[in-house]
Amino acid sequence: MEKIVLPDIKDLHKLDVYKANDGYTAIKKALSQSTDDIIDQVKKSGLRGRGGAAFLAGLKWSFMPKTTDKPKYLCVNGDESEPGSFKDRQIFDFNPHQLIEGTLITCYAIGAKTAYVYIRGEYHKWIKLFQKALDDAYAAGFVGEKMKETFNTDFACEIYVHKGAGAYICGEESALMNSIEGQRGYPRIKPPFPAQNGLWGCPTTINNVETITNVPKIINNGWEWFSKIGEPKHPGTILFGVSGHVNKPGVYELPSGTLLTDIIYKYAGGVPGDKKILCVIPGGSSMPPLIGTEIEGVKMDAESLKAAGSSIGTGGIIVMDEDTELVKVLARISKFYYHESCGQCTPCREGTSWLVRILDRIAKGNGSSHDLDMLINVASNIEGNTICALGEAAAWPVRFMITRFRDYFEERVQKEVTLPVKNKVHSMRETAFPIAPQTQSLSRADFKKD
Amino acid sequence: MEFKFTPENQEKIKDILKKYPTKKAAVMPVLYLGQEQNGWISKEVMIEIASVLEITEEEVFGVVTFYTMFFEKPMGKNHLQVCTNVSCMLRGGYEIYQQVKEKLGIDNMEVTEDQKFSLEEVECMGSCGTAPMMAVNEDYFEDLTAEKVNEIIESLKEKN
Repeated sequence: MEKIVLPDIKDLHKLDVYKANDGYTAIKKALSQSTDDIIDQVKKSGLRGRGGAAFLAGLKWSFMPKTTDKPKYLCVNGDESEPGSFKDRQIFDFNPHQLIEGTLITCYAIGAKTAYVYIRGEYHKWIKLFQKALDDAYAAGFVGEKMKETFNTDFACEIYVHKGAGAYICGEESALMNSIEGQRGYPRIKPPFPAQNGLWGCPTTINNVETITNVPKIINNGWEWFSKIGEPKHPGTILFGVSGHVNKPGVYELPSGTLLTDIIYKYAGGVPGDKKILCVIPGGSSMPPLIGTEIEGVKMDAESLKAAGSSIGTGGIIVMDEDTELVKVLARISKFYYHESCGQCTPCREGTSWLVRILDRIAKGNGSSHDLDMLINVASNIEGNTICALGEAAAWPVRFMITRFRDYFEERVQKEVTLPVKNKVHSMRETAFPIAPQTQSLSRADFKKD
Repeated sequence: MEFKFTPENQEKIKDILKKYPTKKAAVMPVLYLGQEQNGWISKEVMIEIASVLEITEEEVFGVVTFYTMFFEKPMGKNHLQVCTNVSCMLRGGYEIYQQVKEKLGIDNMEVTEDQKFSLEEVECMGSCGTAPMMAVNEDYFEDLTAEKVNEIIESLKEKN
């Protein structure tokens, strides 16, 4: 199987090695064609976004207005903060020039003269590596004003790196734009969509690093070649990051539609100690988890996973063996979204903290079976009621994990709700918020006051 | 304590400003410069950045408080960041966190008395495939074991 994004070529991150492997020929080819042709080819190739939503890249590009007196921008999203996702750093590390070339082609196709590559702040090392590659490309005349001379064209494009500073939400496209503008990373209300009103109010396209890196190969090898790889509805290869309880965790580039069990057992070496799998999250921590016994035959592409009741997300596969304490895992996932909620929307800001508190209570053994229903209730009230998708990201793991592992959770909560003495008087009527026994907030001193 | 950017950093700011159509957009990279020079983002750093970029002090403050990588208090010379998110947790991230806590005798976001170490429990750092992990300032240490953590901390103690 040919690899598109991370080919097995030694020192490919060096400019001369990349050039020797047809590097910077795709941009030359692209510049000889019309922008509509390029967009058309990417549309026909069926390339879908690799950042989570799996939206058709070519279609997204076609939303950019053809005639406008405003400058246009491209943002390359390398914020990569979804737990379980660690693929973009491999691109910065091993194939940065293909990303640069893809950025140039995309800029040409959408008519942007400036591109910002947004890389998460923690990736100091990879920012330096990518900046080095970018400097080399500038020096060789592949980027910037010198492009005009190198490729004998009137198109030129600048690429800048923008370093994030530790905010998960900046991976959301409109928050990312606010972050580049020098503001707090608050997601914006849509519409208007970025293609109409993006960076500084100008037309903007935002694509994931992996999506962009595919583009040069599509131009060079043709859209037909690309559309035949993997599943027809979600063609190409996907970088699957496998982590958790597997023998060989890591990033594997495989055709879309590869069996999940193949990825876990054949490529990632199976589960340590040959334990059974309790749960698998197939696309980064925000995606609905799958039950371990039901992963047989599940293919890894957007459509198949949708049918299986989950989503491809960023392709970050988290495997949990039979001894995993799911309650603690879910509490930890919820804590993450609580920490990363930007605080704009009340359902998310307040709801995520409720999820954490209730899950912590259950993890400490003080939960009641009412708590499980309350968790689903809270999650359902976050979902769909927020500006951005962080609401869903926080709600889905809770809602789906409890629904799918109900028996498991039921075993870990107390069936009967015994009310503390103080509230005995109310026990005659139904309470909406049952109070668990031995809650830490109640001490003997509280009762003495009465 | 008044804060002024060094002449070198003033040159760097000029270069940064070329990347963006507005001055305000440079606030994050300039904050990084300020943090590098001062060690942390003090009130004086924010005031200086506001005047350099011709934006309000509140705008700078808003950005500083939103992002976790801008420190509003002095941190240790070696800032230890231990990930405890799902993938690391499944492979012993919390044990590593606990070990570092006990070894240094500090809690989350605290600094040791000699100012050499500080600790932060961080969210996913993108090291899921090489979990558990810890970052010391800008460097990642991956596939950690209790012995490795001991070695790292001991060698840092000797070095400084």
